[in-house]
Amino acid sequence: MNYAIELQGLSFRYPDGQQALKGIDLVVPSGQTVALMGPNGAGKSTLLLHLNGVIQGTNGAVKVLGLPVEKKNLKWIRSKVGLVFQNPDDQLFSPTVFEDVAFGPVNMGCSPKETQERVSRALESVGMAGYERRSPHHLSIGEKKRISIATVLAMDPEILVVDEPTSNLDPRAKWAFIELLRTLRMTQIITSHDLEVVKTLCARSIILDRGEIAADGPTERILADEKLLRTHGLAI
Amino acid sequence: MNHNFIDRYAGIDSLIHRLDPRTKLVTTLGFVLAVNLTPIQRWPAFALYFALIAVVIGLSRLPILFVLRRSLVIIPFVFFIAVFNLFFKQGEQMAGFDVFGWHLSITREGLDIFSSVMAKACLSILGLILLSSTTALPRLLKGLEQLGLPRVLVMILSFMYRYLFVLADEVLRMKQARDSRSFGARRMGQIKTVGNMIGTLFIRSYERAERVYAAMLARGFEGRMVTSSRLRLRLADVHYAATFSIAVLAIALFPY
Repeated sequence: MNYAIELQGLSFRYPDGQQALKGIDLVVPSGQTVALMGPNGAGKSTLLLHLNGVIQGTNGAVKVLGLPVEKKNLKWIRSKVGLVFQNPDDQLFSPTVFEDVAFGPVNMGCSPKETQERVSRALESVGMAGYERRSPHHLSIGEKKRISIATVLAMDPEILVVDEPTSNLDPRAKWAFIELLRTLRMTQIITSHDLEVVKTLCARSIILDRGEIAADGPTERILADEKLLRTHGLAI
Repeated sequence: MNHNFIDRYAGIDSLIHRLDPRTKLVTTLGFVLAVNLTPIQRWPAFALYFALIAVVIGLSRLPILFVLRRSLVIIPFVFFIAVFNLFFKQGEQMAGFDVFGWHLSITREGLDIFSSVMAKACLSILGLILLSSTTALPRLLKGLEQLGLPRVLVMILSFMYRYLFVLADEVLRMKQARDSRSFGARRMGQIKTVGNMIGTLFIRSYERAERVYAAMLARGFEGRMVTSSRLRLRLADVHYAATFSIAVLAIALFPY
């Protein structure tokens, strides 16, 4: 069995002393779609940032596609793990859509011609072809979210990691975005506290609370356990 | 929210808009240099410079009112710097009057400097307005980059352009939040609130910068700026640059 992600005893403490993750053990096989649920401040986003070495744990080990996340592997790992941030205004930082989607491929060392092709393909696959010359501040939040996905798809990642994909989206934009994520065939790790999103997109669910894994199992089983959801602030 | 205080008219289609940003950067710089190196005694040259820039502005199809309003933002500053020269320059007296017991006199040299500063500043400002209103900022930055401006500077400018609007929205939201909770607070109270808002804005921007940097790292940023698409000069650029430079040189060198 191929493992996309392996975490072993991963702990992380922020410089201000706050313990965000406490000994996380987690294995995600290739091709699985996993939801990471949990109340605010549970450590979900912190965990995601470990998956391509943007932050590195105080203790424990992270392996991506069999390779340990360490300095010499970072370049390769970052091209394989597409990390999409929650706020598209953080994800999109270039003056034009083209430059933003091209940022990843260019950093990977693609030739101008290949960059151009990757950008067109990525924008095409999120339904945003023809937006190349627009500026992010002229786009709606739904459009920005789609382009955020395109910025990582342009790198042809094997693992897609999305932080809160549907926050701030109205129902129509939300479902359109869910449909988009459904069309992507790769290992996906999605954080959300929207149970509809989790039910539609993910086969497996993990509940994270106060930096620890509180539950892990098939989505139907987790979502059926109302007491569990209530304990961790996911249902009222 | 939709802001258009930058790039408002950059979307018009005209001969000038279609030019390569580098052509416009270089010709504008040349124009500003020529204007500022021409002595004011050659005053017919200034009339001709003005005619030249007026023709180009006409070609660019920018609304005249917009160009005038833009220049009005800057001209008062120049005026206040220049106006003192009228009185403080030593030389041949042309007129004098008394204000509150002070004797003020206008000298010929003072008048020369005043009119020189005003004419040069107005022309330079018109040239720059033409450049900045006919070129979308992303393209202008691309042009600067290919002209050899260090990538770090280009990057800083492009972040500025990208986040100016985000910050403006943030300020607007904070202002709305304040206004919806403050009922006729006293002036001093207001000032304190504004101070807090500036502090909050700074901290939020700092935190955003960290998140943006994380997003850049996540996509393979290694501290090296690399660029992709390149601009290409077209025949129209060569024609425009040649015509414009010849006109400027002719005006600058003609023996009036």
